[in-house]
Amino acid sequence: MSDAKIYVDVKAKFSKDGKLTPTSIVWTDGREYEIQRVKDVCRAASLRAGGAGIRYTCIISGRESHLYYEDNNMWFVERR
Amino acid sequence: MGRTILHVDCNCFYASVELLHHPELRGKPVAVGGDPEARHGIVLTASYEAKHRGVKTGMALWQAKQACPEVIFLPPRMDLYLRFSRMANEIYAQYTDLVEPFGIDENWLDVTASAGIKGDGMTVAREISDRVKRELGITVSIGVSFNKILAKLGSDYKKPDAITGMREWEFREKAWPLPASDLLYVGRSTTAKLYKLGILTIGDLANAPEELLHAHLGKMGSILWVFANGYDDSPVKAENVHAPIKSIGNSTTTPRDLENDQDVKIVLYLLAESVGRRLRENGFRCRVVEVSVRDNELYCFTRQHKLDYATNATGEIAEEAYRIFLENYDWTKPIRSVGVRGSDLVNDNYWEQLDLFSSVERRERLRKMDAALDDIRRRFGFFAVQRGLMHCDKGLAGLDAREEHTVHPHGYFG
Repeated sequence: MSDAKIYVDVKAKFSKDGKLTPTSIVWTDGREYEIQRVKDVCRAASLRAGGAGIRYTCIISGRESHLYYEDNNMWFVERR
Repeated sequence: MGRTILHVDCNCFYASVELLHHPELRGKPVAVGGDPEARHGIVLTASYEAKHRGVKTGMALWQAKQACPEVIFLPPRMDLYLRFSRMANEIYAQYTDLVEPFGIDENWLDVTASAGIKGDGMTVAREISDRVKRELGITVSIGVSFNKILAKLGSDYKKPDAITGMREWEFREKAWPLPASDLLYVGRSTTAKLYKLGILTIGDLANAPEELLHAHLGKMGSILWVFANGYDDSPVKAENVHAPIKSIGNSTTTPRDLENDQDVKIVLYLLAESVGRRLRENGFRCRVVEVSVRDNELYCFTRQHKLDYATNATGEIAEEAYRIFLENYDWTKPIRSVGVRGSDLVNDNYWEQLDLFSSVERRERLRKMDAALDDIRRRFGFFAVQRGLMHCDKGLAGLDAREEHTVHPHGYFG
Protein backbone atom coordinates (compact mmCIF):
# COMPACT_ATOMS: atom_id res chain seq x y z
CA MET A 1 0.00 0.00 0.00
CA SER A 2 1.19 3.52 -0.70
CA ASP A 3 1.99 5.90 2.13
CA ALA A 4 -0.37 8.45 0.60
CA LYS A 5 -3.34 6.33 1.71
CA ILE A 6 -4.29 6.77 5.36
CA TYR A 7 -7.07 4.73 6.89
CA VAL A 8 -8.84 6.69 9.62
CA ASP A 9 -11.55 6.27 12.23
CA VAL A 10 -14.63 8.23 11.37
CA LYS A 11 -17.65 9.41 13.29
CA ALA A 12 -20.73 9.72 11.15
CA LYS A 13 -24.38 10.61 11.25
CA PHE A 14 -27.01 8.30 9.77
CA SER A 15 -30.17 10.23 9.00
CA LYS A 16 -33.56 8.57 9.05
CA ASP A 17 -33.90 9.02 5.31
CA GLY A 18 -30.79 6.94 4.79
CA LYS A 19 -28.09 9.57 4.36
CA LEU A 20 -24.61 8.88 5.71
CA THR A 21 -22.65 12.00 6.62
CA PRO A 22 -19.22 11.85 8.24
CA THR A 23 -18.92 14.39 11.09
CA SER A 24 -15.33 13.98 12.26
CA ILE A 25 -12.18 11.99 11.59
CA VAL A 26 -9.53 10.78 13.99
CA TRP A 27 -6.05 11.33 12.58
CA THR A 28 -3.24 8.80 13.08
CA ASP A 29 -1.88 10.79 16.05
CA GLY A 30 -5.21 10.40 17.84
CA ARG A 31 -6.40 13.97 17.35
CA GLU A 32 -9.97 14.39 16.26
CA TYR A 33 -10.86 16.83 13.50
CA GLU A 34 -14.35 18.10 13.00
CA ILE A 35 -15.75 18.08 9.48
CA GLN A 36 -17.22 21.56 9.13
CA ARG A 37 -19.04 20.95 5.89
CA VAL A 38 -19.49 18.29 3.23
CA LYS A 39 -19.43 20.04 -0.12
CA ASP A 40 -19.96 17.14 -2.45
CA VAL A 41 -20.59 13.40 -2.46
CA CYS A 42 -19.88 11.20 -5.47
CA ARG A 43 -18.27 7.94 -6.48
CA ALA A 44 -14.64 8.47 -7.36
CA ALA A 45 -11.25 6.85 -7.52
CA SER A 46 -8.20 8.33 -5.83
CA LEU A 47 -5.21 7.83 -8.10
CA ARG A 48 -2.92 9.47 -5.56
CA ALA A 49 -3.81 7.32 -2.56
CA GLY A 50 -4.82 4.28 -4.62
CA GLY A 51 -8.39 3.22 -4.04
CA ALA A 52 -11.97 3.87 -5.01
CA GLY A 53 -15.24 4.44 -3.24
CA ILE A 54 -17.69 7.14 -2.29
CA ARG A 55 -15.81 10.42 -2.10
CA TYR A 56 -16.85 13.07 0.42
CA THR A 57 -15.38 16.47 -0.31
CA CYS A 58 -15.06 17.89 3.20
CA ILE A 59 -14.00 21.16 4.76
CA ILE A 60 -11.73 20.31 7.68
CA SER A 61 -10.00 23.13 9.57
CA GLY A 62 -10.99 25.48 6.79
CA ARG A 63 -9.31 23.39 4.11
CA GLU A 64 -10.80 21.14 1.50
CA SER A 65 -10.01 17.42 1.88
CA HIS A 66 -11.23 14.25 0.26
CA LEU A 67 -12.51 11.47 2.47
CA TYR A 68 -13.26 8.12 0.79
CA TYR A 69 -15.60 5.41 1.95
CA GLU A 70 -14.52 2.11 0.40
CA ASP A 71 -17.04 -0.63 -0.08
CA ASN A 72 -15.14 -2.80 2.41
CA ASN A 73 -16.54 -0.34 5.00
CA MET A 74 -13.23 1.43 5.60
CA TRP A 75 -12.54 5.13 5.32
CA PHE A 76 -9.35 6.66 3.99
CA VAL A 77 -7.92 10.08 3.27
CA GLU A 78 -5.10 11.18 0.98
CA ARG A 79 -2.01 12.35 2.78
CA ARG A 80 -1.24 15.90 1.74
CA MET B 1 -34.58 -0.92 -36.40
CA GLY B 2 -31.06 -2.17 -35.76
CA ARG B 3 -29.83 -2.87 -32.28
CA THR B 4 -27.12 -0.99 -30.41
CA ILE B 5 -24.78 -3.35 -28.60
CA LEU B 6 -21.72 -2.34 -26.61
CA HIS B 7 -18.92 -4.63 -25.54
CA VAL B 8 -17.03 -3.20 -22.59
CA ASP B 9 -13.65 -4.71 -21.79
CA CYS B 10 -11.69 -3.58 -18.72
CA ASN B 11 -8.07 -3.23 -19.88
CA CYS B 12 -5.63 -5.55 -18.09
CA PHE B 13 -8.23 -5.78 -15.38
CA TYR B 14 -6.34 -7.40 -12.48
CA ALA B 15 -3.17 -5.44 -13.20
CA SER B 16 -5.11 -2.16 -13.48
CA VAL B 17 -6.90 -2.70 -10.16
CA GLU B 18 -3.57 -3.55 -8.52
CA LEU B 19 -1.88 -0.50 -10.02
CA LEU B 20 -4.68 1.70 -8.74
CA HIS B 21 -3.94 0.38 -5.25
CA HIS B 22 -0.15 0.59 -5.70
CA PRO B 23 0.60 4.10 -6.96
CA GLU B 24 4.31 3.45 -6.35
CA LEU B 25 4.33 0.74 -9.03
CA ARG B 26 2.70 2.73 -11.82
CA GLY B 27 4.79 2.87 -14.96
CA LYS B 28 6.66 -0.29 -13.97
CA PRO B 29 6.17 -3.73 -15.52
CA VAL B 30 3.76 -5.57 -13.26
CA ALA B 31 2.24 -9.02 -13.58
CA VAL B 32 -0.51 -10.44 -11.42
CA GLY B 33 -0.39 -14.16 -10.85
CA GLY B 34 0.79 -17.24 -9.08
CA ASP B 35 2.36 -17.22 -5.71
CA PRO B 36 5.68 -15.36 -5.98
CA GLU B 37 6.79 -16.70 -2.57
CA ALA B 38 6.35 -20.29 -3.65
CA ARG B 39 7.80 -19.40 -7.05
CA HIS B 40 5.19 -21.21 -9.02
CA GLY B 41 2.06 -20.37 -10.90
CA ILE B 42 1.33 -18.46 -14.06
CA VAL B 43 0.76 -14.88 -15.13
CA LEU B 44 -2.96 -14.06 -15.03
CA THR B 45 -2.67 -10.50 -16.28
CA ALA B 46 0.26 -8.30 -17.20
CA SER B 47 0.30 -4.50 -17.24
CA TYR B 48 0.98 -2.80 -20.58
CA GLU B 49 4.54 -2.04 -19.51
CA ALA B 50 5.10 -5.74 -18.87
CA LYS B 51 3.31 -6.78 -22.07
CA HIS B 52 5.55 -4.50 -24.11
CA ARG B 53 8.54 -6.33 -22.71
CA GLY B 54 7.26 -9.72 -23.71
CA VAL B 55 5.30 -10.87 -20.66
CA LYS B 56 2.18 -12.71 -21.76
CA THR B 57 -0.87 -14.04 -19.98
CA GLY B 58 -0.46 -17.73 -19.23
CA MET B 59 3.34 -17.69 -18.99
CA ALA B 60 4.92 -19.46 -16.05
CA LEU B 61 6.38 -16.93 -13.62
CA TRP B 62 9.94 -18.03 -14.41
CA GLN B 63 9.32 -17.50 -18.13
CA ALA B 64 7.98 -14.03 -17.44
CA LYS B 65 11.08 -13.27 -15.38
CA GLN B 66 13.24 -14.45 -18.27
CA ALA B 67 11.39 -12.23 -20.75
CA CYS B 68 11.50 -9.23 -18.44
CA PRO B 69 13.91 -9.50 -15.49
CA GLU B 70 12.58 -6.35 -13.79
CA VAL B 71 8.96 -7.54 -13.78
CA ILE B 72 7.20 -7.20 -10.42
CA PHE B 73 4.86 -10.04 -9.45
CA LEU B 74 1.80 -9.41 -7.34
CA PRO B 75 -0.30 -12.21 -5.85
CA PRO B 76 -3.88 -12.13 -7.10
CA ARG B 77 -6.59 -10.72 -4.83
CA MET B 78 -9.66 -12.15 -6.46
CA ASP B 79 -12.11 -10.77 -3.95
CA LEU B 80 -10.91 -7.25 -4.65
CA TYR B 81 -11.32 -7.80 -8.40
CA LEU B 82 -14.81 -9.17 -7.90
CA ARG B 83 -15.65 -6.01 -5.94
CA PHE B 84 -14.44 -3.82 -8.78
CA SER B 85 -16.27 -5.97 -11.30
CA ARG B 86 -19.46 -5.41 -9.31
CA MET B 87 -18.89 -1.65 -9.13
CA ALA B 88 -18.44 -1.57 -12.91
CA ASN B 89 -21.66 -3.54 -13.30
CA GLU B 90 -23.48 -1.00 -11.16
CA ILE B 91 -22.46 1.69 -13.63
CA TYR B 92 -23.60 -0.39 -16.63
CA ALA B 93 -26.91 -1.08 -14.89
CA GLN B 94 -27.68 2.64 -15.01
CA TYR B 95 -27.80 2.45 -18.80
CA THR B 96 -29.59 -0.83 -19.42
CA ASP B 97 -30.93 -3.90 -17.66
CA LEU B 98 -29.59 -6.05 -20.50
CA VAL B 99 -26.05 -6.76 -19.30
CA GLU B 100 -24.38 -10.07 -20.05
CA PRO B 101 -21.01 -10.82 -18.47
CA PHE B 102 -18.33 -12.68 -20.43
CA GLY B 103 -15.83 -13.48 -17.75
CA ILE B 104 -15.12 -11.14 -14.89
CA ASP B 105 -13.91 -8.14 -16.90
CA GLU B 106 -16.02 -8.14 -20.07
CA ASN B 107 -19.69 -7.37 -20.58
CA TRP B 108 -22.14 -6.96 -23.40
CA LEU B 109 -24.71 -4.20 -23.01
CA ASP B 110 -27.80 -3.86 -25.18
CA VAL B 111 -28.50 -0.12 -25.06
CA THR B 112 -30.96 -0.02 -27.97
CA ALA B 113 -33.85 1.08 -25.76
CA SER B 114 -31.78 3.71 -23.92
CA ALA B 115 -31.22 5.80 -27.06
CA GLY B 116 -34.05 8.23 -26.31
CA ILE B 117 -32.76 9.15 -22.86
CA LYS B 118 -29.06 8.46 -22.93
CA GLY B 119 -28.20 9.08 -26.58
CA ASP B 120 -26.76 6.87 -29.30
CA GLY B 121 -24.25 4.06 -28.78
CA MET B 122 -21.18 6.27 -29.11
CA THR B 123 -22.53 8.77 -26.57
CA VAL B 124 -23.34 6.06 -24.04
CA ALA B 125 -19.93 4.46 -24.65
CA ARG B 126 -18.14 7.75 -24.01
CA GLU B 127 -20.13 8.33 -20.84
CA ILE B 128 -19.46 4.82 -19.50
CA SER B 129 -15.77 5.10 -20.34
CA ASP B 130 -15.49 8.45 -18.52
CA ARG B 131 -17.38 7.23 -15.50
CA VAL B 132 -15.37 4.02 -15.08
CA LYS B 133 -12.20 6.07 -15.30
CA ARG B 134 -13.37 8.65 -12.77
CA GLU B 135 -15.18 6.34 -10.36
CA LEU B 136 -13.06 3.19 -10.47
CA GLY B 137 -9.72 4.57 -11.60
CA ILE B 138 -9.29 2.02 -14.40
CA THR B 139 -9.75 2.20 -18.17
CA VAL B 140 -12.00 0.31 -20.56
CA SER B 141 -12.13 -0.36 -24.29
CA ILE B 142 -15.58 -0.31 -25.82
CA GLY B 143 -16.86 -1.64 -29.12
CA VAL B 144 -20.08 -0.14 -30.47
CA SER B 145 -22.01 -2.24 -32.94
CA PHE B 146 -25.31 -3.84 -33.89
CA ASN B 147 -24.38 -7.33 -32.75
CA LYS B 148 -22.32 -8.97 -30.02
CA ILE B 149 -19.61 -10.46 -32.22
CA LEU B 150 -18.72 -7.19 -33.93
CA ALA B 151 -18.99 -5.26 -30.66
CA LYS B 152 -16.37 -7.57 -29.21
CA LEU B 153 -14.15 -7.10 -32.27
CA GLY B 154 -14.56 -3.37 -31.72
CA SER B 155 -13.42 -3.48 -28.10
CA ASP B 156 -10.36 -5.49 -29.14
CA TYR B 157 -9.62 -3.17 -32.08
CA LYS B 158 -7.93 -0.46 -30.10
CA LYS B 159 -6.63 -0.65 -26.52
CA PRO B 160 -6.37 0.71 -23.91
CA ASP B 161 -8.93 3.39 -23.16
CA ALA B 162 -10.56 3.53 -26.59
CA ILE B 163 -13.96 3.44 -28.27
CA THR B 164 -14.36 1.82 -31.67
CA GLY B 165 -17.47 1.83 -33.82
CA MET B 166 -18.29 -1.32 -35.80
CA ARG B 167 -21.61 -0.18 -37.17
CA GLU B 168 -23.42 -1.24 -40.37
CA TRP B 169 -21.67 1.29 -42.57
CA GLU B 170 -18.15 0.80 -41.25
CA PHE B 171 -17.62 -2.78 -40.10
CA ARG B 172 -16.58 -4.06 -43.53
CA GLU B 173 -13.90 -1.44 -43.78
CA LYS B 174 -12.62 -1.97 -40.21
CA ALA B 175 -13.19 -5.62 -39.41
CA TRP B 176 -12.62 -7.33 -42.73
CA PRO B 177 -8.89 -6.58 -43.03
CA LEU B 178 -8.30 -8.11 -39.57
CA PRO B 179 -6.81 -11.61 -39.35
CA ALA B 180 -9.46 -14.33 -39.07
CA SER B 181 -8.00 -15.36 -35.72
CA ASP B 182 -9.31 -12.13 -34.15
CA LEU B 183 -12.82 -13.49 -34.45
CA LEU B 184 -14.39 -15.19 -31.44
CA TYR B 185 -14.00 -18.98 -31.69
CA VAL B 186 -11.24 -18.91 -34.27
CA GLY B 187 -8.44 -20.59 -32.35
CA ARG B 188 -5.16 -22.03 -33.45
CA SER B 189 -6.53 -25.14 -35.12
CA THR B 190 -9.32 -23.32 -36.96
CA THR B 191 -6.81 -20.70 -38.12
CA ALA B 192 -4.67 -23.48 -39.58
CA LYS B 193 -7.64 -25.03 -41.39
CA LEU B 194 -8.71 -21.65 -42.78
CA TYR B 195 -5.15 -20.98 -43.89
CA LYS B 196 -5.23 -24.12 -46.01
CA LEU B 197 -8.34 -22.77 -47.72
CA GLY B 198 -6.52 -19.51 -48.39
CA ILE B 199 -8.63 -17.64 -45.86
CA LEU B 200 -6.49 -15.22 -43.91
CA THR B 201 -8.73 -12.34 -42.96
CA ILE B 202 -12.24 -11.89 -41.62
CA GLY B 203 -13.12 -10.43 -45.02
CA ASP B 204 -11.90 -13.63 -46.75
CA LEU B 205 -14.12 -15.56 -44.37
CA ALA B 206 -17.14 -13.37 -45.11
CA ASN B 207 -16.69 -13.66 -48.88
CA ALA B 208 -15.99 -17.39 -48.92
CA PRO B 209 -18.88 -19.62 -50.02
CA GLU B 210 -20.69 -20.82 -46.94
CA GLU B 211 -20.86 -24.38 -48.35
CA LEU B 212 -17.08 -24.52 -48.56
CA LEU B 213 -16.69 -23.52 -44.91
CA HIS B 214 -19.39 -25.95 -43.88
CA ALA B 215 -17.69 -28.76 -45.78
CA HIS B 216 -14.37 -28.18 -44.07
CA LEU B 217 -15.34 -27.01 -40.61
CA GLY B 218 -18.83 -28.43 -40.15
CA LYS B 219 -21.44 -26.45 -38.30
CA MET B 220 -18.79 -24.11 -36.93
CA GLY B 221 -17.92 -23.11 -40.51
CA SER B 222 -21.40 -21.73 -41.08
CA ILE B 223 -21.38 -19.98 -37.72
CA LEU B 224 -18.09 -18.25 -38.47
CA TRP B 225 -19.40 -17.19 -41.87
CA VAL B 226 -22.43 -15.66 -40.11
CA PHE B 227 -20.15 -13.91 -37.60
CA ALA B 228 -17.90 -12.48 -40.29
CA ASN B 229 -20.80 -11.11 -42.31
CA GLY B 230 -22.35 -9.40 -39.31
CA TYR B 231 -25.45 -11.63 -39.40
CA ASP B 232 -25.15 -12.79 -35.77
CA ASP B 233 -28.33 -11.85 -33.95
CA SER B 234 -27.90 -13.61 -30.61
CA PRO B 235 -29.48 -11.57 -27.82
CA VAL B 236 -27.71 -10.02 -24.85
CA LYS B 237 -28.94 -12.33 -22.13
CA ALA B 238 -30.28 -10.38 -19.19
CA GLU B 239 -31.21 -13.33 -17.10
CA ASN B 240 -27.73 -14.55 -16.65
CA VAL B 241 -27.50 -17.12 -13.93
CA HIS B 242 -23.80 -17.83 -14.27
CA ALA B 243 -21.28 -16.34 -11.91
CA PRO B 244 -18.48 -14.45 -13.68
CA ILE B 245 -15.93 -16.93 -12.38
CA LYS B 246 -15.85 -20.70 -12.58
CA SER B 247 -14.92 -21.79 -9.11
CA ILE B 248 -13.88 -20.75 -5.64
CA GLY B 249 -11.55 -23.00 -3.73
CA ASN B 250 -9.23 -23.14 -0.78
CA SER B 251 -6.41 -25.53 -0.08
CA THR B 252 -3.76 -25.88 2.56
CA THR B 253 -0.62 -27.81 3.33
CA THR B 254 -1.01 -28.89 6.91
CA PRO B 255 1.65 -28.31 9.61
CA ARG B 256 1.77 -32.05 10.26
CA ASP B 257 0.70 -34.97 8.08
CA LEU B 258 -2.92 -35.97 8.45
CA GLU B 259 -3.26 -39.51 9.71
CA ASN B 260 -6.91 -40.32 10.22
CA ASP B 261 -10.41 -39.41 9.15
CA GLN B 262 -10.91 -36.94 11.96
CA ASP B 263 -7.77 -34.95 11.05
CA VAL B 264 -9.07 -34.66 7.50
CA LYS B 265 -12.55 -33.79 8.68
CA ILE B 266 -11.23 -30.85 10.72
CA VAL B 267 -9.30 -29.46 7.78
CA LEU B 268 -12.13 -30.03 5.30
CA TYR B 269 -14.56 -28.17 7.54
CA LEU B 270 -12.10 -25.34 7.96
CA LEU B 271 -11.63 -25.05 4.21
CA ALA B 272 -15.38 -25.32 3.62
CA GLU B 273 -15.89 -22.40 6.04
CA SER B 274 -13.74 -20.22 3.86
CA VAL B 275 -15.17 -21.45 0.56
CA GLY B 276 -18.73 -20.99 1.86
CA ARG B 277 -18.05 -17.54 3.22
CA ARG B 278 -16.53 -16.37 -0.03
CA LEU B 279 -19.38 -17.82 -2.06
CA ARG B 280 -21.88 -16.01 0.19
CA GLU B 281 -19.97 -12.74 0.10
CA ASN B 282 -20.21 -12.70 -3.66
CA GLY B 283 -23.77 -13.96 -3.89
CA PHE B 284 -22.74 -17.24 -5.57
CA ARG B 285 -23.78 -20.83 -5.02
CA CYS B 286 -21.98 -23.92 -6.26
CA ARG B 287 -23.45 -26.98 -7.93
CA VAL B 288 -20.34 -29.12 -7.74
CA VAL B 289 -18.04 -29.83 -4.80
CA GLU B 290 -14.51 -30.92 -5.52
CA VAL B 291 -11.92 -32.35 -3.13
CA SER B 292 -8.20 -32.58 -3.81
CA VAL B 293 -5.81 -34.70 -1.79
CA ARG B 294 -2.04 -34.93 -1.89
CA ASP B 295 -0.29 -37.63 0.13
CA ASN B 296 3.13 -37.32 1.73
CA GLU B 297 4.81 -38.71 -1.36
CA LEU B 298 3.21 -35.93 -3.39
CA TYR B 299 0.85 -38.20 -5.28
CA CYS B 300 -2.35 -36.27 -5.71
CA PHE B 301 -5.86 -36.72 -7.04
CA THR B 302 -9.11 -34.77 -7.21
CA ARG B 303 -12.66 -36.05 -7.05
CA GLN B 304 -15.83 -34.12 -7.59
CA HIS B 305 -19.52 -34.63 -7.17
CA LYS B 306 -22.55 -32.79 -8.47
CA LEU B 307 -24.97 -31.63 -5.79
CA ASP B 308 -28.73 -32.00 -5.94
CA TYR B 309 -29.12 -28.32 -5.15
CA ALA B 310 -26.89 -25.31 -5.58
CA THR B 311 -25.53 -24.31 -2.18
CA ASN B 312 -23.26 -21.95 -0.32
CA ALA B 313 -23.92 -23.39 3.13
CA THR B 314 -20.70 -24.29 4.94
CA GLY B 315 -22.30 -27.39 6.46
CA GLU B 316 -23.49 -28.79 3.15
CA ILE B 317 -20.19 -28.16 1.38
CA ALA B 318 -18.21 -29.71 4.24
CA GLU B 319 -20.47 -32.76 4.52
CA GLU B 320 -20.24 -33.39 0.81
CA ALA B 321 -16.47 -32.90 0.80
CA TYR B 322 -16.04 -35.31 3.70
CA ARG B 323 -18.31 -37.87 2.02
CA ILE B 324 -16.30 -37.65 -1.21
CA PHE B 325 -13.11 -38.06 0.77
CA LEU B 326 -14.31 -41.16 2.68
CA GLU B 327 -15.39 -42.78 -0.57
CA ASN B 328 -12.10 -42.19 -2.29
CA TYR B 329 -9.25 -42.60 0.17
CA ASP B 330 -7.93 -45.83 1.61
CA TRP B 331 -5.24 -44.45 3.97
CA THR B 332 -2.28 -46.24 2.47
CA LYS B 333 -0.27 -43.09 3.13
CA PRO B 334 -0.62 -40.04 5.38
CA ILE B 335 -1.87 -36.86 3.75
CA ARG B 336 0.12 -33.70 3.27
CA SER B 337 -2.39 -31.29 1.83
CA VAL B 338 -6.08 -31.09 1.01
CA GLY B 339 -8.30 -28.68 -0.84
CA VAL B 340 -11.99 -27.96 -1.20
CA ARG B 341 -13.50 -26.22 -4.18
CA GLY B 342 -16.98 -25.18 -5.16
CA SER B 343 -17.46 -25.04 -8.92
CA ASP B 344 -20.18 -24.72 -11.55
CA LEU B 345 -21.14 -21.46 -9.87
CA VAL B 346 -24.47 -19.74 -10.27
CA ASN B 347 -25.55 -16.35 -9.01
CA ASP B 348 -28.55 -15.03 -7.13
CA ASN B 349 -30.77 -15.12 -10.22
CA TYR B 350 -30.52 -18.89 -10.36
CA TRP B 351 -33.70 -20.80 -9.64
CA GLU B 352 -34.34 -24.49 -9.35
CA GLN B 353 -37.17 -26.92 -8.91
CA LEU B 354 -37.62 -28.13 -5.35
CA ASP B 355 -38.78 -31.65 -4.72
CA LEU B 356 -41.21 -32.89 -2.12
CA PHE B 357 -38.74 -34.91 -0.13
CA SER B 358 -35.91 -32.52 0.61
CA SER B 359 -36.14 -30.38 3.69
CA VAL B 360 -36.45 -26.79 2.61
CA GLU B 361 -36.76 -25.78 6.26
CA ARG B 362 -33.48 -27.43 7.18
CA ARG B 363 -31.73 -25.63 4.35
CA GLU B 364 -33.28 -22.34 5.41
CA ARG B 365 -32.01 -22.92 8.96
CA LEU B 366 -28.52 -23.62 7.62
CA ARG B 367 -28.68 -20.42 5.60
CA LYS B 368 -29.67 -18.38 8.65
CA MET B 369 -26.97 -19.98 10.76
CA ASP B 370 -24.31 -19.13 8.20
CA ALA B 371 -25.59 -15.55 7.98
CA ALA B 372 -25.37 -15.25 11.79
CA LEU B 373 -21.88 -16.77 11.88
CA ASP B 374 -20.67 -14.49 9.07
CA ASP B 375 -21.98 -11.53 11.01
CA ILE B 376 -20.31 -12.55 14.28
CA ARG B 377 -17.01 -13.17 12.48
CA ARG B 378 -17.19 -9.90 10.62
CA ARG B 379 -17.58 -8.05 13.91
CA PHE B 380 -15.39 -10.06 16.26
CA GLY B 381 -12.98 -12.00 14.05
CA PHE B 382 -12.85 -15.49 12.61
CA PHE B 383 -11.98 -17.28 15.85
CA ALA B 384 -14.80 -15.63 17.83
CA VAL B 385 -17.00 -18.60 17.09
CA GLN B 386 -15.88 -22.12 16.21
CA ARG B 387 -17.32 -25.51 15.51
CA GLY B 388 -16.90 -28.05 18.34
CA LEU B 389 -14.91 -30.20 15.94
CA MET B 390 -12.15 -27.56 15.88
CA HIS B 391 -11.40 -28.17 19.55
CA CYS B 392 -10.28 -31.72 18.81
CA ASP B 393 -7.00 -30.42 17.43
CA LYS B 394 -6.11 -26.79 17.97
CA GLY B 395 -2.99 -27.07 15.81
CA LEU B 396 -4.93 -28.00 12.71
CA ALA B 397 -7.84 -25.68 13.46
CA GLY B 398 -5.56 -22.64 13.48
CA LEU B 399 -4.60 -23.11 9.84
CA ASP B 400 -4.69 -20.35 7.32
CA ALA B 401 -6.65 -21.37 4.26
CA ARG B 402 -5.12 -20.24 1.00
CA GLU B 403 -7.30 -18.83 -1.74
CA GLU B 404 -7.50 -20.28 -5.20
CA HIS B 405 -9.63 -19.46 -8.15
CA THR B 406 -10.21 -20.43 -11.71
CA VAL B 407 -11.50 -17.71 -13.91
CA HIS B 408 -12.60 -18.40 -17.44
CA PRO B 409 -15.31 -16.82 -19.48
CA HIS B 410 -18.22 -19.09 -20.08
CA GLY B 411 -18.80 -20.17 -23.66
CA TYR B 412 -20.55 -17.82 -26.05
CA PHE B 413 -23.21 -20.44 -26.78
CA GLY B 414 -23.72 -21.36 -23.11
